[in-house]
Amino acid sequence: MDGMHDLGGKQGFGKIRYSPKAQTYHAPWEKRVNAMTGLLVKHGVINMDEYRHAIERMEPVHYLSASYYERSLTGLATLCVEKGVVTQADLERRAQGTFPLSRPSAAGRSNAPERERFRPGDRVRVKDDYVPGHIRMPGYIRGKVGVVVRETPPYPYPDAHAHGVAAHDEPTYDVRFRAEDLWPGGAEPAFVHAGVFESYLKRVP
Amino acid sequence: MSDSHHESGASAPVVKRAAALEAALEAQGLKPGKHIDDFSRVVEEQWVPQNGARVVAKAWTDPAFRKRLLEDGKSAVAELGLTMPAHHRYLVVLENTPTVHNVIVCTQCSCTAFSIIGMPPDWYKDFEYRARVVRESRTVLREMGLDLAPEMEVRVWDTTADTRYMVLPVQPPHTAGWSEEKLAEIVTKDAMIGVSRL
Repeated sequence: MDGMHDLGGKQGFGKIRYSPKAQTYHAPWEKRVNAMTGLLVKHGVINMDEYRHAIERMEPVHYLSASYYERSLTGLATLCVEKGVVTQADLERRAQGTFPLSRPSAAGRSNAPERERFRPGDRVRVKDDYVPGHIRMPGYIRGKVGVVVRETPPYPYPDAHAHGVAAHDEPTYDVRFRAEDLWPGGAEPAFVHAGVFESYLKRVP
Repeated sequence: MSDSHHESGASAPVVKRAAALEAALEAQGLKPGKHIDDFSRVVEEQWVPQNGARVVAKAWTDPAFRKRLLEDGKSAVAELGLTMPAHHRYLVVLENTPTVHNVIVCTQCSCTAFSIIGMPPDWYKDFEYRARVVRESRTVLREMGLDLAPEMEVRVWDTTADTRYMVLPVQPPHTAGWSEEKLAEIVTKDAMIGVSRL
């Protein structure tokens, strides 16, 4: 989905709050939420693709106004409610107030029917795919041409894995793009690499 | 900028919502309390940047190890007793040189090789870094204190799959001949993310 989470290349953001001594957590509850992600994965209640997608499904205004760990919490609570582990009413009773959850999921999809294998050096184009469900293709590479620099071992296919859809694991390819091709006339010179699932790619003759 | 000023207006405070989920999981018999204690220990004692620092120091002093590390990062770090979560199936080590600079981001969430380079810092997960570093890497790095020469090639790596990345910094010339232990002390998490050079 073209969600609010897909931030790569969005303009208007200001300076990074950088400090060489930056922290991971700013309050004890944040670490507890982070730990609960691992707990739910360990018990097989959720997988990482479901978790990422549950965060992506947050109301955009909530997504942008929530801290990182509030987004984690919202994703976890959403999945626990959707999977019948808890009810929203129970969570709201315990929280003594409203507990906003993410919006419902749309359909996922399985692997592309015809996948091509690529080798380092191959020129590839990212398909013009617009899907309502989970996808790990940042919008800024859609339709763009790059060069394969590496193939990885197969991974669960996120577009399926986030939705309980059956699919084969598939390799990803580290693809090198020129920033000037991704944002013509509007980027600083650099190579930008993304790990792109095989189903998202087609060969450039 | 604190993490608490973002709370949505009409909802229960986020601290109460977090406690509510934990209590609900406790009621389901999932024992979150014990897991949280274990997790805290792992985060503080095991998933620390000193792991990656050891990897870098060994790569600087052992050419055969460096070669194995660049070929298959996950197997090479395992030689030092370092492990990665099951879903991190592949570790790619990105070699900085005097003319090439690598930097890591996850534009869609916060993915990192956290068991090797340590947990991601707050700014890595912020919208500003995620949105900007792919498109204006040089400006972002300069703002963060790293001013790269125009002729330096910049390679930005967006962690869009479960492949994980770490940067292998250039060994500072004045450290030639140092022991692995001493070298490891100068390697920082930020250098392994690629927002600083040593």
